[in-house]
Amino acid sequence: MAAPLGACPVQIGQYDRVVLGHGSGGRLTHELITQLFVPAFHNPTLAALEDQASIALDGVRRLAFTTDSFVVSPVFFPGGDIGKLAVCGTVNDLAAGGAVPRHLAASFILEEGLPLADLRRVVESMRAACDEAGVSVVAGDTKVVERGKADKLFITTTGIGWAPEGRRLSIAAARPGDRVVVSGPLGDHGMAILSVREGLSFQTELLSDCAPLGGLAEVMLRASPSLRCMRDPTRGGLASALNELAAASQVGVVVREPAVPVRPEVRGACELLGLDPLYVASEGRMVAVAPAAEVPALLDAMRGHPLGRGAAEIGEVVADFPGKVRVQSSVGGDRLLLMLSGEQLPRIC
Amino acid sequence: MKYLDEYRDGPAAKALIAAIDKAATRPWVIMEVCGGQTHTIVRYGLDQVLPKHLELVHGPGCPVCVTPLEMIDRAHAVAARPEVVFCSFGDMLRVPGSRGDLLGLRARGADVRVVYSPLDAVKLAEANPSRQVVFFAIGFETTAPANAMAVWMARQKGLQNFSVLVSHVLVPPALTAILGAEDNRVQAFLGPGHVCAVMGISEYEPITAKHRVPIVISGFEPLDLLDGILHAVRQLEAGEAKVENAYARAVRADGNPASRALVEQVFEVCDRAWRGVGTIPRSGYRLRDELRAFDAERRFEVEGVRAQESPLCISGEVLRGLKRPADCPAFGRQCTPETPLGATMVSSEGACAAYHAYGRHLDARAAERR
Repeated sequence: MAAPLGACPVQIGQYDRVVLGHGSGGRLTHELITQLFVPAFHNPTLAALEDQASIALDGVRRLAFTTDSFVVSPVFFPGGDIGKLAVCGTVNDLAAGGAVPRHLAASFILEEGLPLADLRRVVESMRAACDEAGVSVVAGDTKVVERGKADKLFITTTGIGWAPEGRRLSIAAARPGDRVVVSGPLGDHGMAILSVREGLSFQTELLSDCAPLGGLAEVMLRASPSLRCMRDPTRGGLASALNELAAASQVGVVVREPAVPVRPEVRGACELLGLDPLYVASEGRMVAVAPAAEVPALLDAMRGHPLGRGAAEIGEVVADFPGKVRVQSSVGGDRLLLMLSGEQLPRIC
Repeated sequence: MKYLDEYRDGPAAKALIAAIDKAATRPWVIMEVCGGQTHTIVRYGLDQVLPKHLELVHGPGCPVCVTPLEMIDRAHAVAARPEVVFCSFGDMLRVPGSRGDLLGLRARGADVRVVYSPLDAVKLAEANPSRQVVFFAIGFETTAPANAMAVWMARQKGLQNFSVLVSHVLVPPALTAILGAEDNRVQAFLGPGHVCAVMGISEYEPITAKHRVPIVISGFEPLDLLDGILHAVRQLEAGEAKVENAYARAVRADGNPASRALVEQVFEVCDRAWRGVGTIPRSGYRLRDELRAFDAERRFEVEGVRAQESPLCISGEVLRGLKRPADCPAFGRQCTPETPLGATMVSSEGACAAYHAYGRHLDARAAERR
């Protein structure tokens, strides 16, 4: 083989424009946040990179505060719709911080031509989700853009809730010896959405797991008084949630891959499409870190809640490899689980 | 899950590893041909649990990695045209051409879409008669039948607005080229299971006969690979060199004759350049002359697009099994999945990407510090 060895292109450098990977919840998103937003707005609350800001109030309670935008396509999907998602997403970010979600503001960006019946259906679904979550929408805004300038509708929800002073869950609080638990099978939401994407439809009965987790979070906090932290593994999946935790706490995390609950339908679809379920989003699951001694009671309590029936212990926090997440495979070897770079792209064969 | 769990079973894997341990009395160098096999090896840490004197080297079987820079630049030239809907398998979108990747082109307004099947591109062409739909037909013998079917159907339907940018490559000539190189170290191959599911196994027999190397056709799950390694080691230890099929649940000796017949009607064998390796005679497919109307290179007059490769990375040596990703000084430093220097870092099938995705660059760095 007469090979001009090492025939490779020169480095292309970073993207000079926004690409979809900047919204993947993986490394590119993380870079945008840590290199642009955090320095620009420069304050310790934001720099903690929690799912919600925790602000001291009156010495008795703390204010939990967060916001999230929803651009899901299609707007209606198996197991939910953009309205339910917009309520659950923000409620879950508050609940993950140990706060009781209370009030939401909702902003709607509507595309010219959107059927009003669709909008009504979305709003009714939001109301039902609010009832389930025990929150109320107390402020809002509406904008309409020309056809083609948005994809049907985008919703932004901003939420506040209360947490007792002294309850300080943090992704920086994990310690060696702690255990990692999840509240149920991972990746249902991401694969339910993919199953109905244009050009990708595959037959499945899979439903999104989209659900408000405030009630489950309260149960978990009661069962495990020293609970270190909770995260809902949305974009970027379990991999992003655990990497953020490992980095913030400067600990290692070891995940036993066979112990991670993933439904057969999700695994099957991931195998077919060349995706890794550890990177696929859930919208109604909680990942939590707790001291080992509290885990049996925690798992019992979670399994007693309708949204935590599939709870499982999946790994532990270690002192080795601080900032890194390792996955032990079924055959004994292990690998590092990195944050996703860009989007998860389907493989060719 | 059936057909998956039983091939990832821990105790069964340990039994196979023990058998390999017992069988391998000397050091051997075995190349797994396919990128998918490399991924399984690294994902499950198979190389960590095998005897230390068995060396697995990673082969050229990543179709995205070996697609030449020139073809990627031609893809860009086609995709940038306003009338074009450019369709591709997903992991091709991040392969850097001379001026960035297809995702970057999409951010600049090009209509670039991921499809799972080339037939979806045909459907797009039917549904959008005013647009030119182009499919990037790359890959080994595995993807050739579906790509051939897309062209076949486009002709059946009389579609004037569908074409393919063809850069197909073939496995056997690449193995022959590797074995013929003076610096070759490979003593046995784990053969490409899915390629053989299409092509059958007979074309590997002349290679084993001429070069005296065992070729064990292997699957892609951990137990498939361990079983393939065990067969290869037993042949090596016994001084044998034959083609063995260790992936019988997917591969029949004569492959899939219907698929092959279709491929032969649409494509003909040609010389192909392999990225990082160079031109290998009769190592690829191009459209047959009577189907050149569907050739995107002709339709959009991009045959003249040439690219200048820069000799910065060692992917050529990685693709030929001479070096490992961690041997490259740029690996995990200047060269990462976000800023790939070479195609082996870009495709999720690429050896460098596999090592990086599973954190091997961090292991290497930790070892340096110790």
